[in-house]
Amino acid sequence: MEPREEVLALLAENARYTLEDIARMTDLTAAEAEALIAELEDEGVIAGYQAVVNWRVADRERARAEVELNVTLDRETSYDDIARRIAGFPEVKTLQLVSGNYDFLARVEAGSTREISRFVSERIAPVPEITQTVTHFVMDTYKEQGIQMNGGGDEDDRLSISP
Amino acid sequence: MTQNRSQDREHRAIEVSERVADVPPSGIRRYFELAEEVEDIISLGVGEPDFSAPWAIREAAIASLERGATSYTTNRGLRSLREAIETYVHRRFDLGYSAENEVLVTTGASEAVDLAIRTLVDPDDVVAVVEPTYLSYRPIGRLTGAEVIGVPTAVEDDFRVTPERLAGAGADEADVLVMCYPNNPTGAVMQIDALRRVGTFAREHDLTIISDEIYAELSYEDDHVSIASLPGMRERTVVINGFSKAFAMTGLRLGYALGPAHVIDAMNRIHQYTMLSSPTTAQHAALEGLRSCLDEVGSMRQSYDRRRKFVLARLAELGIDCFEAKGAFYVFPRCPWPDEERFVESLLEEEQVAVVPGHVFGESGDGHLRVSYATSLEQLREAMSRLERFLAE
Repeated sequence: MEPREEVLALLAENARYTLEDIARMTDLTAAEAEALIAELEDEGVIAGYQAVVNWRVADRERARAEVELNVTLDRETSYDDIARRIAGFPEVKTLQLVSGNYDFLARVEAGSTREISRFVSERIAPVPEITQTVTHFVMDTYKEQGIQMNGGGDEDDRLSISP
Repeated sequence: MTQNRSQDREHRAIEVSERVADVPPSGIRRYFELAEEVEDIISLGVGEPDFSAPWAIREAAIASLERGATSYTTNRGLRSLREAIETYVHRRFDLGYSAENEVLVTTGASEAVDLAIRTLVDPDDVVAVVEPTYLSYRPIGRLTGAEVIGVPTAVEDDFRVTPERLAGAGADEADVLVMCYPNNPTGAVMQIDALRRVGTFAREHDLTIISDEIYAELSYEDDHVSIASLPGMRERTVVINGFSKAFAMTGLRLGYALGPAHVIDAMNRIHQYTMLSSPTTAQHAALEGLRSCLDEVGSMRQSYDRRRKFVLARLAELGIDCFEAKGAFYVFPRCPWPDEERFVESLLEEEQVAVVPGHVFGESGDGHLRVSYATSLEQLREAMSRLERFLAE
């Protein structure tokens, strides 16, 4: 694997690996790893770093919804134009153009389901190009970013010493 | 008391055969018992993957049970599984074995080792075992009544076996040579040139080779080469492999042996009387593994490789001398203390980190430690910090 790929794979797995750990796991020195990460950040390849939080365990549960959006396009308005208008709202955590029965899928987060309802009806639905919204409130999360939540995952039942 | 006395009488009444009485208890047992007593232990003494089997494998096992596939299979194993093995070993290791009569599915690679030794060895034969090595070859060899000799390898040769070492140990007089590369406990691998030399030695001295390649998928710098893929070696080699390590399914107990038809046929003769067939559920699971899980095998390999580099780097930082192990999931550093047993016990007692002393795996392992990195990076990081603190004290 190329060093760039390797560093990206490591950070995608765990963004908290220290430069020293990254150096130990690759053929890079810590300084080289640091420079490479800076480069990846500058180029926008690494867009940011976030923790995967299980808010339910933190007892700070927030309301979440997956919102399907249907839109109409015209000569002056592209998907990108509409996406920019929607992505600007801080409540919208993820926004993707998708294939299938609807055009965009937005993940929306707020303090309560009421707030989400209000946000969708007052901010999203009124956008002129949006023809329809379908809101799915998230009832529970079992897996997020490849990490199993709420007691998922495997147990380690191995003997402490084996041949 | 009464019960004890009757147990004593029973003990006298039933006599264990001399052959079995002659087999020494496993040298690793003692360390297992010590480790079991310790709380908050980080064990680097584990000889199996920390991953569970890929989900698709587990689903296939469950689905086979739901379909009611709970009967025996043919002695040699499911035809579809043998065909998948034929294709896999051909693509992956350039080995040509026919599903029809050159593949035998066994209950773990361990059964394949047992069958191969019993099939190839007579009581007055000599079995040479390349050491340090996995614990079972020697006792199984002894159980046949044969003489077992160790072929020591050394760190100077990166724990590879060489014709000089073979000759020095008297293996030129042996009938069967057992070797395991990538190696447990050293992590050593054999590249093609080194294998060629061993092959030439085997042909010159008419040695049959049992090549345990259970760690074949875990070779990090170069792809694994099977000695049976070299010219003139197929006819004198039995290859042993399995699903335990690469597919992380040790507990499902599934392995296989590859060899010339008449040898597989003879092994199957023992297998049909002792095992009948290998666990059916595990066979369905393994089939799915070969069909759809090779990518996951690759990601597990990548993960082990990172940990390998991490552990080697940390040991070097701590000033512990360790040759660059390139396979399996073990490194085999030199023990920093002259007395490795004391070191292992003190490390366990003071820092709750378990490793296994090298001598357990054969005399030539003396002065070394087997450190397994089949554990999460977080655990490895913590274990290395504890080791650092231990050495500083």
